[in-house]
Amino acid sequence: MQLEELSELAAEIQESQQHCDHCVRVCMAAGCQSSGAKVVFDALSEKTAESEHVCVKGVGCMGLCAAGPLVEVTSRGQAPVMYQQVTEADAQEVVDSLGGAPVERLRCPSDMPFFTSQHKIVLENSGVIDPEQIKEYIAADGYRALVHAVTEMTPAEVLREVDVSGLRGRGGGGYPAGLKWSTVSKMPGGDKFVVCNGDEGDPGAFMDRAVLESDPHRVIEGMVLAGYAVGAAHGFIYVRAEYPLAVERLTKAIRDATKQGFLGQNICETRFSFDIEIRLGAGAFVCGEETALMASIEGRRGQPRPRPPYPAQSGLWGYSTLINNVETFANIPPIIRRGGAWFASIGTEKSKGTKVFALAGRIRNTGLIEVPMGITLRDIVFTIGGGVPEGSQFKAVQTGGPSGGCLPEEFLDLPVDYDTLRQAGSIMGSGGMIVMDQTSSMVDVARYFMEFCMDESCGKCVPCRAGTHQMHALLDKIAQGHGSVKDLALLEELCEVVRAMSLCGLGQTAPNPVLSTLQHFRMEYVAKLQEHALPDGGPPASERSATPPAESQETTS
Amino acid sequence: MTLQLAKPAPPDDDKRWKMVEVTMRRSGYASHALIETLHRVQGLFGYLDEPAMNFVAESLGLPLSKVYGVATFYHLFSLKPQGKHTCVICTGTACYIKGARELVDGLRQKYGIELGQTTPDLELSAVGARCIGACGLAPAAVVDGEVLGNLTVDQLLARIEKVIHDAT
Repeated sequence: MQLEELSELAAEIQESQQHCDHCVRVCMAAGCQSSGAKVVFDALSEKTAESEHVCVKGVGCMGLCAAGPLVEVTSRGQAPVMYQQVTEADAQEVVDSLGGAPVERLRCPSDMPFFTSQHKIVLENSGVIDPEQIKEYIAADGYRALVHAVTEMTPAEVLREVDVSGLRGRGGGGYPAGLKWSTVSKMPGGDKFVVCNGDEGDPGAFMDRAVLESDPHRVIEGMVLAGYAVGAAHGFIYVRAEYPLAVERLTKAIRDATKQGFLGQNICETRFSFDIEIRLGAGAFVCGEETALMASIEGRRGQPRPRPPYPAQSGLWGYSTLINNVETFANIPPIIRRGGAWFASIGTEKSKGTKVFALAGRIRNTGLIEVPMGITLRDIVFTIGGGVPEGSQFKAVQTGGPSGGCLPEEFLDLPVDYDTLRQAGSIMGSGGMIVMDQTSSMVDVARYFMEFCMDESCGKCVPCRAGTHQMHALLDKIAQGHGSVKDLALLEELCEVVRAMSLCGLGQTAPNPVLSTLQHFRMEYVAKLQEHALPDGGPPASERSATPPAESQETTS
Repeated sequence: MTLQLAKPAPPDDDKRWKMVEVTMRRSGYASHALIETLHRVQGLFGYLDEPAMNFVAESLGLPLSKVYGVATFYHLFSLKPQGKHTCVICTGTACYIKGARELVDGLRQKYGIELGQTTPDLELSAVGARCIGACGLAPAAVVDGEVLGNLTVDQLLARIEKVIHDAT
């Protein structure tokens, strides 16, 4: 297929969509589905079945999960209207309103900052197209980058665009994608693999899920482009088995893309061939680590191994392998389509483009957002997120899941990019952002994350296996009010040991939630120490109050 | 040189083993199909018992210890039969902040089971999930495949009661 043929096909599809005057989109992503989107969809479809001028579509995530089920009506020549918390009973009213005045009662203000402050690249089709229809993706400029690249660009040119874009790995590490790609492309011939890491294990993160469920073809297109650029012919998508809907949609998307000739042998009648297989995870957080993930694809226990050699040098079955996250691949088609320079014009000096975040916890507008890099945390939490609910007081925002940290109010004006967040003691992570209010005890939160890491430690290296266990025991002791100043000092020392000595990212970052809460909320730990009245009649709390921070620092140094 | 061994026989003449064989054949009985095959067995039979693991091990030319190792490493595989109904409680961060612990307590009080356990009458299994990705609806749980959001303890228990009652 040539570019002109694709354009004709896209125009044809667009034309066939023209016949309907009113397009009713129902969000069918996981969030809205669990608040009953399916029955709303069925009711709307049933009531409009006889009308030729109305089409009802199930689409991917619209973002504002807190107000689900969401329905958006686009009538010809009018601005789209969004409805929130639609129920089966409201369906008739929505159908009756088509062509007339919108149903004010259900209206969700689409001019609120939640929608207007976002910048969508990865999520541009999410909530707009039906993810199960390849033609809708094609009509939205889909596979344009792929056809353009394989028919008119050399692999080196594709590489250069990715390099110029300044895109960094969206899985949390932030390694420059261009650099990784060129390392793999420079490896001597033979088999190479492209792997998409969809093992989104961080609790509180659902960005990859949303992308895979709302726009699966975008990820496939990104992977094929990667295969073309680095000279690989096989790809694997590793997805959590906990995401059945994502697996189902991906499976269909791969089949449809193969049928259309965007995957498989001789893509676009060129000599380039590429296929993709889906591999299911089986519930192991550590498999998000790249070497563990490869072990799991090979059918083994998902345990990491030391690096180097990096996957680019020796990956799947010993072959050179390119591993990127779902969101990284989802950024590739627009980069090729619109040029690396365009992408590099968004964001900050060292972090380009946008980032998708999953907002959750004690916040009004929970949901999925995409913002340009460099936006402040305050804008995300208060402007887009709408702040904490009434009666709550903002206390901290947690980023990066069990590998990240908690940041208090003072840090809210920091611009969001890889480097500033790391300096503040947290990390960008894969994009989970959880807001906490005064009801959350920071010691408890640290203990929660440590319990997570303890359970998920694969057991291969001692610092992580035994260290997380001991740190959890200490945190538990402190949280219950039985801790002493010595325990706190020991905890800090252990954090350093586990961070420095663990084999993989899981262990190396496991102390982060403890360290960051100690850094910003030390008083809460100290207060817990004081809570405990010593059974042997030790000094009362009031006499011990001032000393702990100073003392513990002495012990660690 | 590879030695062509006789194809191992399934543990019994249950028809579902044919479907397990299809999964293994599709990948040419390669050892990297192990996790997929175990998913298949568990999907069909509900859990992995020793005869099943033995059969998979022999078919894929792997030692039983490898199969056992993989089956016990991943949280999703269960070596014990599960209850007729499953309640998955999300214990992800957002749900934790919004009170997933109360749901777990409620389940313990009413059915006497912790996460990861099954009631003695094999009616209900409680499972903890690290994050089901429905953080916008925290606290969330999944009862027999249906995701329920913004849950209170009473709502959850009522729902479980209902699925158990409807089935009997």
